Amino acid sequence: MKMTIERLNEIKAQYEPIVKARNLVGEYAEEMAQHSQYRKQILVCGGTGCTSSGCGKVVEALEAELKANNCDDVIVVKTGCFGYCALGPIVIVYPEGAFYSQATPEGAARIVKEHIVGGNVCKDLLFPETVQENGEVLPLGKIRFYKKQMRIALRNCGVISPFKIEEYIATDGYRALHKVLTSMSQDDVISTMLASGLRGRGGAGFPTGRKWAFAKASVGDVKYVCCNADEGDPGAFMDRSILEGDPHAIIEAMAIAAYTIGAKQGYVYVRAEYPIAVERLRIAINQAREMGLLGKNIFGTDFSFDLDIRLGAGAFVCGEETALMASIEGKRGEPRPRPPFPAVKGLFGVPTVLNNVETYANVAQIILKGADWFSSIGTEDTKGTKVFALGGKINNVGLVEVPMGTTLREIIEDIGGGIPNGKTFKAAQTGGPSGGCIPAEFIDTPIDFASLSKIGSMMGSGGLIVMDEDTCMVDIAKFYLEFTCEESCGKCSPCRIGTKRLLQLLEKLTDGKGEMEDLEKIEELSKHMQSSCLCALGQTASNPVVSTIKFFRDEYLAHIVDKTCPAHKCKKLTRYLIDPDKCVGCTLCARNCPVKAIKGEVKKPHVIDQDKCIKCGVCLGNCKKFKAIYTE
Amino acid sequence: MSNGNSIEFMGTPAQEAELKKVIAKYKEQPGGLMPALQEAQGIYGYLPYEVQKMLAEGLDVSMSEVYGVATFYAQFSLVPKGKYIISVCLGTACYVKGADRVLTAIEEKLGIKSGECTPDRKFSIEACRCVGACGLAPVMTVNGEVYGKVTPEQAVKVIESYMAKED
Amino acid sequence: MKMINLTINNIPVSVPEGTTILQAAKQIGIDIPSLCYLKDINCIGACRVCVVEIVGRRGLTASCTYPVEEGMKVLTNTPAVRASRKTTLELILSTHNRKCLSCERSGKCELQKLAADYGLDEDRFAVEEELVPIDYSTPYVVRDNNKCINCQRCIAACSKMQSVGAIGNIRRGYDVHVGSPFEMGLGSTACVGCGQCIVACPVGALSEVSNVDKVWAAISDPAKKVVFFTAPSIAATLGECFDMPVGTNVEGKMVTAIKMLGDVEAFNMNVTADLTIVEEANELINRVKSDKPLPMFTSCCPGWIKFCEHNYPELLPNLSTCKSPQQMFGALLKSYYCEKNGIDPKDLFVVSVIPCTAKKFEVERGEFHADVDVALTTRELAKMIKGASINFNELPDSEFGDPFAIATGAGAIFGATGGVMEAALRTANNLLGGNNEALVFTDVRGTTGIKEATYTINGTEVAVCVASGLANARKVIEMIKSGEKNYLFIEIMACPGGCINGGGQPYQFDAVRNFVDLKALRASVLYKSDDANGLRKSHESPVIKALYDEYFGAPGAEKAHHLLHTKYTARKKYN
Repeated sequence: MKMTIERLNEIKAQYEPIVKARNLVGEYAEEMAQHSQYRKQILVCGGTGCTSSGCGKVVEALEAELKANNCDDVIVVKTGCFGYCALGPIVIVYPEGAFYSQATPEGAARIVKEHIVGGNVCKDLLFPETVQENGEVLPLGKIRFYKKQMRIALRNCGVISPFKIEEYIATDGYRALHKVLTSMSQDDVISTMLASGLRGRGGAGFPTGRKWAFAKASVGDVKYVCCNADEGDPGAFMDRSILEGDPHAIIEAMAIAAYTIGAKQGYVYVRAEYPIAVERLRIAINQAREMGLLGKNIFGTDFSFDLDIRLGAGAFVCGEETALMASIEGKRGEPRPRPPFPAVKGLFGVPTVLNNVETYANVAQIILKGADWFSSIGTEDTKGTKVFALGGKINNVGLVEVPMGTTLREIIEDIGGGIPNGKTFKAAQTGGPSGGCIPAEFIDTPIDFASLSKIGSMMGSGGLIVMDEDTCMVDIAKFYLEFTCEESCGKCSPCRIGTKRLLQLLEKLTDGKGEMEDLEKIEELSKHMQSSCLCALGQTASNPVVSTIKFFRDEYLAHIVDKTCPAHKCKKLTRYLIDPDKCVGCTLCARNCPVKAIKGEVKKPHVIDQDKCIKCGVCLGNCKKFKAIYTE
Repeated sequence: MSNGNSIEFMGTPAQEAELKKVIAKYKEQPGGLMPALQEAQGIYGYLPYEVQKMLAEGLDVSMSEVYGVATFYAQFSLVPKGKYIISVCLGTACYVKGADRVLTAIEEKLGIKSGECTPDRKFSIEACRCVGACGLAPVMTVNGEVYGKVTPEQAVKVIESYMAKED
Repeated sequence: MKMINLTINNIPVSVPEGTTILQAAKQIGIDIPSLCYLKDINCIGACRVCVVEIVGRRGLTASCTYPVEEGMKVLTNTPAVRASRKTTLELILSTHNRKCLSCERSGKCELQKLAADYGLDEDRFAVEEELVPIDYSTPYVVRDNNKCINCQRCIAACSKMQSVGAIGNIRRGYDVHVGSPFEMGLGSTACVGCGQCIVACPVGALSEVSNVDKVWAAISDPAKKVVFFTAPSIAATLGECFDMPVGTNVEGKMVTAIKMLGDVEAFNMNVTADLTIVEEANELINRVKSDKPLPMFTSCCPGWIKFCEHNYPELLPNLSTCKSPQQMFGALLKSYYCEKNGIDPKDLFVVSVIPCTAKKFEVERGEFHADVDVALTTRELAKMIKGASINFNELPDSEFGDPFAIATGAGAIFGATGGVMEAALRTANNLLGGNNEALVFTDVRGTTGIKEATYTINGTEVAVCVASGLANARKVIEMIKSGEKNYLFIEIMACPGGCINGGGQPYQFDAVRNFVDLKALRASVLYKSDDANGLRKSHESPVIKALYDEYFGAPGAEKAHHLLHTKYTARKKYN
């Protein structure tokens, strides 16, 4: 089938009221709902997080109950990620935007009976923050978690069905591609991208327009565009969420990039660990092909483009562009020196553009709304928004998108809802294994590329892990080194051997065997790897070490000099002790100690033999009643 | 020297026929080795010598290359997996919330290490990076079934429930 | 060609576009150190020893892969560069089994040299680690991964240069190591034994299986009569082991030295090179006349034979049935020579000195009945000479012993790619009644990987092809199989450039290998000795004539067929 602008308009007209009735903040929702064939729409988050929490059973229960109540004018829509993963499974009823959190099949039945049929919102099932004191129910867009967010890359996630190309088209989908193909030259697209100030969201922040310009300038009959969806940072999942929630946005953006550089074929390199994303992308590609939005002579122009999916196989280093291309070529994912740059000699030796998922997710919007619109968002250094995967010791774990320049404090306190259990914020880690930590004193740092690198961290792909006083910074550095050491491809010597030696030195510290000389070696090796490794993985592998030493040197010294772990995380440095004043001699701890390290007479204070103790912590868990056991 | 694999190969003719189809599909495709390995592992559950040999001959690449790729990526396995694959997420969020202790508890319970399979081929353990359920940290999965917010004790109970299952 | 201007350590340099920094630095007398870089086949920027500073560029840059840019300012000797190289080398050392005193490569090890140059502390990053098993599974090469530094030069030699792919990278990160699939040992792979991995190795992770002790034992055994014969290229390269310039002919000293090893005889293998030519030229003409499989491939290179057996068993009927010169010599010694001198063949201990590790495999092939007892590489011979405290450089010249002393120039050029072809053409030309003056066939000379030519000899078109390096051989075969090319006679040598660049030849540091045309320099010795020889055609050799008159009767006759020809076995690529 050939796609035309008329056909695009037709589809949009048909589906727009349905989609517009799902307005996060409630604006126009009621009004649009009147044009929709559906009285109510029940959106269920079908992201990986909510799938894990059992949204499938909730959908089944909703559909069964709707059928039982003959609600033909109500649909259930499985969407991509709403972002508020801690509250999954998430169910939202439009047009009112009632936000049900941690839904269960039983709750689902009640929602249909009481809310959909009976017209009474089940307030006890709603996310508590949405219920006002006066009983009024807020749409979810007005809660704290969403209020400070600005959704460009995630605009359709949790709003449209990723299974329906029509819903994407209803949100002006594929209109940017039409505009580009029918009214813009390749150079027009490049200058728009340049003017927008969009920089790569994969970590390094290279201007997208410049990347495209290089690839366009490279001579070659065959060129490729690739999408990096090999989200390797162990704590980031924005790329997955975008693919799960809005796969067509990526397809459209890749087609635009392909037109711009003169490519006919694209590859999306996705982690195999993301089965839901792969499946939805596959469906989306097929739909786009059927509608003539992929394939030959798109929109009747002489531009042809098609897309294939290639699965990663579990290698963090394949997030590096040359390693990713080696992997698509069916080889070991080993990076190679640049130059030649991929824009000149990339996949299969021809000019190639590779962008990250989140980067692509911005492209169609920039084309439609203009470079000025985009560049008006953000800071001088960095335009637009950034999606962060908020995790660790934070109340609102989930996916957030904020304008560049938002401070860490706003993200943690306002959006993230602060630290749980009354603990205090110690540091945030951005950039995953390649990044660094931002200590509490920099909590007011506005987030953009320049500010983060100034304080020794980096934007990275968007993992944002919050740490509290119980987090040991030496242990965290060791955790990241374990990761990079395991994920190093092993090609270049400073990374292959350096990560291992660095890890061994950190282990010495957490084992209580560290000496001052080791700290010097750690610092020297870290610096060495930054300057001398072949690729970014190695060059940045020591960043978590460097930044934790920079901001938490006292913690390192405590491990080395005092042989203690202030956060009580490092097992071998922790001592379990019994407070004789509190111990009543109940013997519970002694009986349960796996190594019989606890001695004492009945009804008299017990003592832990430190030489025998294996620091398993069983005693601590057992002494809940008297709280006599403590660690230091 | 043997082919280095002590576990007996038990491939069926049906599996071989399927593998041949995979080879035919990727023979002419540039970069076909990765997806071919992925599909081969889908057929056999792992990538033993016999399978890699067929791939090398079929795709006309050296076995060194096949083996090099198969041992580079964490997803590929040279040993069979257990009937129940236990996966403990060691992503940052889960780690911060004590996933390492969950893994240790499971390893102790089954008497095998991560990456290994019990002799009766019933369980294998693997550590994985972020299954994307950070809100439920720490997370473990058994054959894809997700168990969130698990303590080491709960994890052991989950294993016990699978142990109790008849074959 | 566009020239690029840059400065290196503030010295202006002008080099052609595409030149790397490392190459450009060489021009102003700076040898930037490297461990992984091997020109053309291993430009991977992996070892990071060759790092330099480029003014305005963040971090350090591997100079082996970075092309020069106009106006670029390169600094190769800053504190940051020196510190980085030192730390990288110390890290590498920490993974290296530092048994330097007893190491085969001691004194010829590139890592050892850099350790001295940079004043390394070998203990700084040292850790205690268990040793991994050493691979002794072949009769020709030993791999000791405890010394491997993962430069990947051997892999490049095996896969890119030779298209054999018997070894590759396994696993990743700190666990990455070079090995065969499923760790099965080289002996279970389709390794052809060419030994190019050994000469590519910068350290002592790869070496030949040494037979030196066996030879010493035979020499000191009063019951044994020990005879040596040396392949054509040994005289051209042995001097390198004694610090002589590449391209020095040391034939006379070599013969003297061998005779000084004990009560041994030294023969000239060029004799059986001549014999091979006579047999092979006759076989070729016979094949043409009797409609037997064509094209015919040469069979003197055992690496190529094993390659063909593993990869192209269907071409075995196209291989010349002639034994290699080494095996012809062995057969000749254990039959003709023993008969003539009244020696019981079991008392004759035959030592071949060859530039090759594949010949160590060849002597063990069952069909040759251990005619040659031991094959020594050039390096092993040098080791024996040194072990006997012989001051090689000061030795007078001697001549090979009779009856295998005199050979033609055609036999000498056997050691270079195209040499066998040219020698065969000289004889075939005569057999076909061509112009008797035709001696030099320049089209088949030179170190190019694939050469082809067509000669019209007395009305017969003779299309020939010469390939050296097995990747080139594979290309030629594929072209023949696809029908794109058609030849009558094809010479193949497994090692690029032929035997003068064999896997048993002296070690040369990459600083030499990357900048000196070893192949051409070494080959020049052979062509000079051909020029200087009054005898240029194998069939005109008096020794060969005598052999046929006294012993074989005629080329291809029954006895010759029995002693000088062989059969081949198809081998699987994987077990």
